[in-house]
Amino acid sequence: MAPLLEARGLSRSFGHVRALDDASFDIEAGEVVALIGDNGAGKSTLVKALTGNLPVDSGELYFEGAPVIIHTPHQASEMGMEVVYQDLALAPHLNPVQNMFLGREIPRKGLLGSLGFMDEKQMRAKAEAGFAELGGTVRSFSAPVGAMSGGQRQQIAIVRAISWADKIVFLDEPTAALGVVQTKNVLDTIKRVRDKGIAVVLISHSMPHVLQVADRIQIMRLGTRVATMPAEGTTVEQLVGAMTGALDSQTVKRKEKAS
Amino acid sequence: MSVITPPGQAPDQQVVIEPPARQSYLRRAANLQSVWILGVLVVIIAAFSAAAGTKFLSTSNFSLISQNIAVWAVLGVGMTFVIITSGIDLSIGSVLVFSSVIAAKIMESVGGDGWSTAAAGIGGALVSGIAWGALNGFLIAKAKIPPLIVTLGALSVALGLAQVLTGGIDIRSVPESLTDFNTYIKIAGIPALPFVALIVLIIGGIVLHKTKFGRYTYAVGSNELGARRVGINVDRHLIQVYALSGACAGLGAVLALAQFGTTTIAGQSLTNLNVIAAVVIGGTSIFGGEGSIFGTVVGLFIPAVLQAGFVIVGVEAFWQGVAVGSVLVAAVYVDQSRRAAALRGSSRPSLFALLGAKKAKEPSR
Repeated sequence: MAPLLEARGLSRSFGHVRALDDASFDIEAGEVVALIGDNGAGKSTLVKALTGNLPVDSGELYFEGAPVIIHTPHQASEMGMEVVYQDLALAPHLNPVQNMFLGREIPRKGLLGSLGFMDEKQMRAKAEAGFAELGGTVRSFSAPVGAMSGGQRQQIAIVRAISWADKIVFLDEPTAALGVVQTKNVLDTIKRVRDKGIAVVLISHSMPHVLQVADRIQIMRLGTRVATMPAEGTTVEQLVGAMTGALDSQTVKRKEKAS
Repeated sequence: MSVITPPGQAPDQQVVIEPPARQSYLRRAANLQSVWILGVLVVIIAAFSAAAGTKFLSTSNFSLISQNIAVWAVLGVGMTFVIITSGIDLSIGSVLVFSSVIAAKIMESVGGDGWSTAAAGIGGALVSGIAWGALNGFLIAKAKIPPLIVTLGALSVALGLAQVLTGGIDIRSVPESLTDFNTYIKIAGIPALPFVALIVLIIGGIVLHKTKFGRYTYAVGSNELGARRVGINVDRHLIQVYALSGACAGLGAVLALAQFGTTTIAGQSLTNLNVIAAVVIGGTSIFGGEGSIFGTVVGLFIPAVLQAGFVIVGVEAFWQGVAVGSVLVAAVYVDQSRRAAALRGSSRPSLFALLGAKKAKEPSR
């Protein structure tokens, strides 16, 4: 069966800098794939290219086996892909419900709906259901998001993404700013999302977290994928070695075994 | 749920369902700047009432006050939207003058004193206001020029063109139907101009607080990039918001014509600043994302009540400026400290809000 989303040979240059150099990527449905690499390895650029935020110079994308070209983030959303950005992209003055439905408000029925009135009750009920499903730690649905803790904001951003994504969620460093318990919550959330059958792409610098939740790990260096490893049986040292290039020969062997 | 909460863990981790709605309303109300400023207004009214008695607290006095702020109230609706997007519109006074000149010219050429003449003028004023607003919005959203600069330019250009069109001399050809509307007509006991303003305020409030348009206005001011990422057409929305402000200036032009029976070319040079001050006093944050039409109404009444009160009590009206300026600075100070505290994660930080927490009887954890 073809992968859910596959990229082959993506390249993109910014002036003289080759941010993506023949980079490939693939993810199956219901799989957690971690994307790791040193700063500037092209992880975020790859995610942008996969979600219609950045046009590429060359390369192909395949979605469920069929070739696609994704021009806009909106198009990616319609295909069932959502991104949780590092800065979360929440509106701090709006409450969790308003944030969750921002840009996707449920209109009221009839004339009022076409005048732009919103069905607040229905939105709130749906949002509460979404948070309950993930065992949310959000305490108030009427307080502005800006007054909440980092962990809660992260949760809101993730719930928003998985409420709209039915295929793939991209998480860009979701645990970078979180404490121990909040991090554990996010990792648990990722597992629950996977159990719902949604694929997760996890960008992270934290090797232990990656090994804990990912099914496969794709390692990027200098704008290209240098290795793909199963999380099972891989050590932090091997990951670091592949990231820095110190273990090139070994990772290639492992890659052959894995495929 | 498999969340383990170690002892001493922050309340962050507890799965707590919404606190009872009534208490949360009280607490939210205590946090709203417009509620505090309403308290200030009540204190001012009480003080003047104590000092001047029924002379101040009379229907005729408040009828006069409401007539004085009718035009500003209409402008304030548009300005509230603009400031919530973290923008500013300095051009409203000049756009008002330009629109009133256009309307007066149209009515002059149509001739007559009936409502058809007035309707032509009203249409002209609205079109002219919307055109100025849309131009402002286009330059701000598409050309990415800061709103302060764009509308400062429009302020100068619109006033200049109005003077070119008239040679700097006010046009007095306002049909009687329009001036009579101001002088004689009362709707539900309210003089006509404040009544029109009230309608505009109510519609503005509903649009801002209940519709998608209003929600996007907050979202753009709160996090423009975030709004773009969820698919909101931010550029189009900004153009619409500035066009709305222009439309309000156009309608304000009609009301001013009805009120004064003449264009007011030289009379609107401080209108923009007075309206901005009222909006900001009413708790609309100059940094965007926060504000209400109700707050703007309260913010309009404070200077007007001070002025009327000073006249009645016999204090020189010049003190009004001193008082309004002080209230403005204090209001923004409170707003800022609330924001800073919100960033720190606490919801009730400032001096005022601390008092509010005591009043709302926060349950001890």
